Amino acid sequence: MVKLKVNGMEHSFDGDPSMPLLWYLRDELRLTGTKFGCGMSLCGACTVHKDGKAVRACMTPMSSVEGVEITTIEGLGVNGMHPVQKAWMQINVPQCGYCQPGQMMQASSLLKTTKNPTDADIDAAMSGNICRCGTYQRVRAAIKTAAKELA
Amino acid sequence: MSGIQNVSRRGFLKGVASAGAFVLCVPMLPESLLAAGLPGDDKVDHAVFNPSMYVGIDTDGTVYIIAHRSEMGTTSRTSVPMILADELDADWKRVKLEQAIGDERYGSQNTDGSHSIREFYEPMRQAGATARMMLTQAAADKWKVPASECAADLHNIVHTPTKRKLGYGELAAAAAKLPVPKVADLKYKPKTAWRYIGKGSPSYDLADVVTGKAVYGMDAQMDGMVYATIQRPPVLGGKVKSVDNKAALKVPGVGQTVAIEPFGGPWGFQPLGGVAVIATNTWAAFQGRKNLQIEWDNGPNASYNSDTYKKQLQETVRSSAKVVRNVGDVDSAFAKGGKVIEAEYYVPHLAHAAMEPLVAVADYRDGVVTAWAPTQNPQAVQETVAKAVGISKENVICHVTLLGGGFGRKSKPDYVAEAAILSKKVGRPVKVVWTREDDIQFDFYHSVAAMYMKAVVDSKGKPTAWLQRSAFPPIGSMGDPKSTYGGDFEMGMGFTDVPFNVPNLRVENGQATAQIRIGWLRSVANIYHAFAVQTFADELAHAAGRDPLEYMLELIGPPRVVDMTNVKNPNYGGNYDLYPNDTARLRKVLEIAAEKSGWGKKKFGKGSGMGIAVHRSFLTYVANVVEVEVSDDGKIRIPRVQTVVDAGLITNPEAARSQFEGAAVFGTSIALSGEITTTNGAVNQTNFDSYPVARMREAPLQTNVHLVESDAPPAGIGEPGVPPFIPALCNAIFAATGKRVRELPLSKTKLV
Repeated sequence: MVKLKVNGMEHSFDGDPSMPLLWYLRDELRLTGTKFGCGMSLCGACTVHKDGKAVRACMTPMSSVEGVEITTIEGLGVNGMHPVQKAWMQINVPQCGYCQPGQMMQASSLLKTTKNPTDADIDAAMSGNICRCGTYQRVRAAIKTAAKELA
Repeated sequence: MSGIQNVSRRGFLKGVASAGAFVLCVPMLPESLLAAGLPGDDKVDHAVFNPSMYVGIDTDGTVYIIAHRSEMGTTSRTSVPMILADELDADWKRVKLEQAIGDERYGSQNTDGSHSIREFYEPMRQAGATARMMLTQAAADKWKVPASECAADLHNIVHTPTKRKLGYGELAAAAAKLPVPKVADLKYKPKTAWRYIGKGSPSYDLADVVTGKAVYGMDAQMDGMVYATIQRPPVLGGKVKSVDNKAALKVPGVGQTVAIEPFGGPWGFQPLGGVAVIATNTWAAFQGRKNLQIEWDNGPNASYNSDTYKKQLQETVRSSAKVVRNVGDVDSAFAKGGKVIEAEYYVPHLAHAAMEPLVAVADYRDGVVTAWAPTQNPQAVQETVAKAVGISKENVICHVTLLGGGFGRKSKPDYVAEAAILSKKVGRPVKVVWTREDDIQFDFYHSVAAMYMKAVVDSKGKPTAWLQRSAFPPIGSMGDPKSTYGGDFEMGMGFTDVPFNVPNLRVENGQATAQIRIGWLRSVANIYHAFAVQTFADELAHAAGRDPLEYMLELIGPPRVVDMTNVKNPNYGGNYDLYPNDTARLRKVLEIAAEKSGWGKKKFGKGSGMGIAVHRSFLTYVANVVEVEVSDDGKIRIPRVQTVVDAGLITNPEAARSQFEGAAVFGTSIALSGEITTTNGAVNQTNFDSYPVARMREAPLQTNVHLVESDAPPAGIGEPGVPPFIPALCNAIFAATGKRVRELPLSKTKLV
């Protein structure tokens, strides 16, 4: 039995401990904002926060989340939208939008540790998140906008 | 058929619940089809149902518009209804969109070919103007004043002399009883009064997208559904020889395995066959699949090796082939001698690799299939599913979710048919989930292509004769595997329509047989044709010691409409009088790109430089100037891109800018690393490690998009940004390093 918190709610899981958190979130909890893109930590579409830090849910087995707090895109904004989400809207970042929950979870994790990220910081933090529509320059602009709001 | 009809009392729009709502039907089919009628249509229903796009106004003032095009990131779902809302003078905040199910009565729903706005701009304006005029008449009747004294003003009709006002909701019931004005009598808003067209709006779904609430195909659910994953034959046309499913069935959560029959006849959009594992969740299905033991009978396509095929294609284009355009006499010009320049180009197969792998949910029940799918073409879903499970297409209800990218792959609904077949076999709703590996290995691939170019030049380096030849397995092979020549539409994508002012010009197409599924990918044949043509032009410029921009302008020649007499010229389905290939517009985007980029003025150090290219596709003119830096270890950085676009009237400029920013990234992926290869018929690449796409650190740091103000009719936005970007980048690499890229991806060329 694995006990964990997801977006502040207590949950317990007694299925296959090797099942990745991604499928627990999507198929069991029906939190479908976290996306499946590659299954190999190559694209970042499944990025969530594990105790506040960005991880890839597709390669995070349930056995490793005992007692941890998971935050998904559905829980990112505690009171209304998170500054990152607001910036994403303001800069009009998404095209198809499928990768954007992962991008925003990664970006919000970056901004926790790096208040005023440079282009190089952003490249380093965000290059694990693929956007096939090619919204990178807006992602970059939105991170800088959110950083200003958080400052 | 009189056109727009008042169907207020028939309850077509599910959102419009109240009595007294006002609903119009708008024809979305070409006149010819309307006149011919639709097969199987009852005559009585025909009159009512044939007009097929709905707009409704409820008594609370909510305006409902059916979005009949799919949303895959281009904003079609928003931008098409926005045109209607503008002519209606509706408040966009009070508009609700309903996504259409697949139904041929909506006209074309195939959201590809960059034609959503082009094809539906006029019908949307007509619908909006009709509704506005009926509301105006309703208000005039209430006030007992002439309608000419009344005008629409953001969801209200105002009696101009007295400033009295009535809201659309208050007028809906009265408007619903009025006759519909004739299309010829419609009065459109002047351009100066447009609220949304040309100004744009963010996606209707933006807030849902950023909060994770948006529903993509991957997120669709049906009560009682089970999850399936499919092991497909690794080679096209392969069959299962034997299956051992014992270990798979032992995986907790796995219920059963189900065989899917291999396709018969031309592959079309049919499923590939294979063995499905059905489970209670996606992960269990994946685990079960890993434990399947399958022996395959690979069939004749196991002979498909991309290395060998490449040599064959290159050989093909070295010999004369079918002539598809001829001007003057190339052979005599070549026979006269002079300086001859030749070059060969090659572009491999590419995969679509949209971020959302293919996925669909379907429920087969009593001869009716209900499906939820991220599809670009719900009508193709109806046809494909109907054939796959033996029902009529009217009995396939295809709901369209948001698409996590499409790029042409999601026009081909093999994945939806799989879900329907499995649901019929297991008696429950089934969700079929493709892994990334499935998505890359079972694509309808962008054609591999070889091009041969030859020119003879005069003393100033200007060509007096120009020969270009391409060969590629055609998209037509989907319907006819024996098809070996490119279709007119493929040749018309950057090859027969080459706009150069050369007295002797010949365009040829060689044969190639497909041994893998071929399909259209964003920009289609323009990708390889523009790469060859625009790189070769740059090569000629350098050979002549000329500035590439100046040389290109000379090659394009004076402003004129390119003479396409005696050339099969599909012109992307656009009437050539309305959408001519106009070199004035081509020159203009090139000149603006040069100006914006500081062409010829900017100084570059070692390993950096600028390249230029221009191309018309999907009736839109695009020029690119790309700046590149190549490091000592051969790494490429793209600090700046200028993209200049003349797409005629642009409905949603902000969305258009996004599309062209994205096109530069898509082009970067193709140029840097896009390559699908095969060994013994099976695709070698599997996931983003072996099929890399551009990440943030490789993507252009800054793409500036300049939209040319134009009153020309609307043209394409989603695709035309890709073709010129790639040669512009490769030309920049030549400027920076002196290394000519003639084969993609450019990782094949040693740059340092």
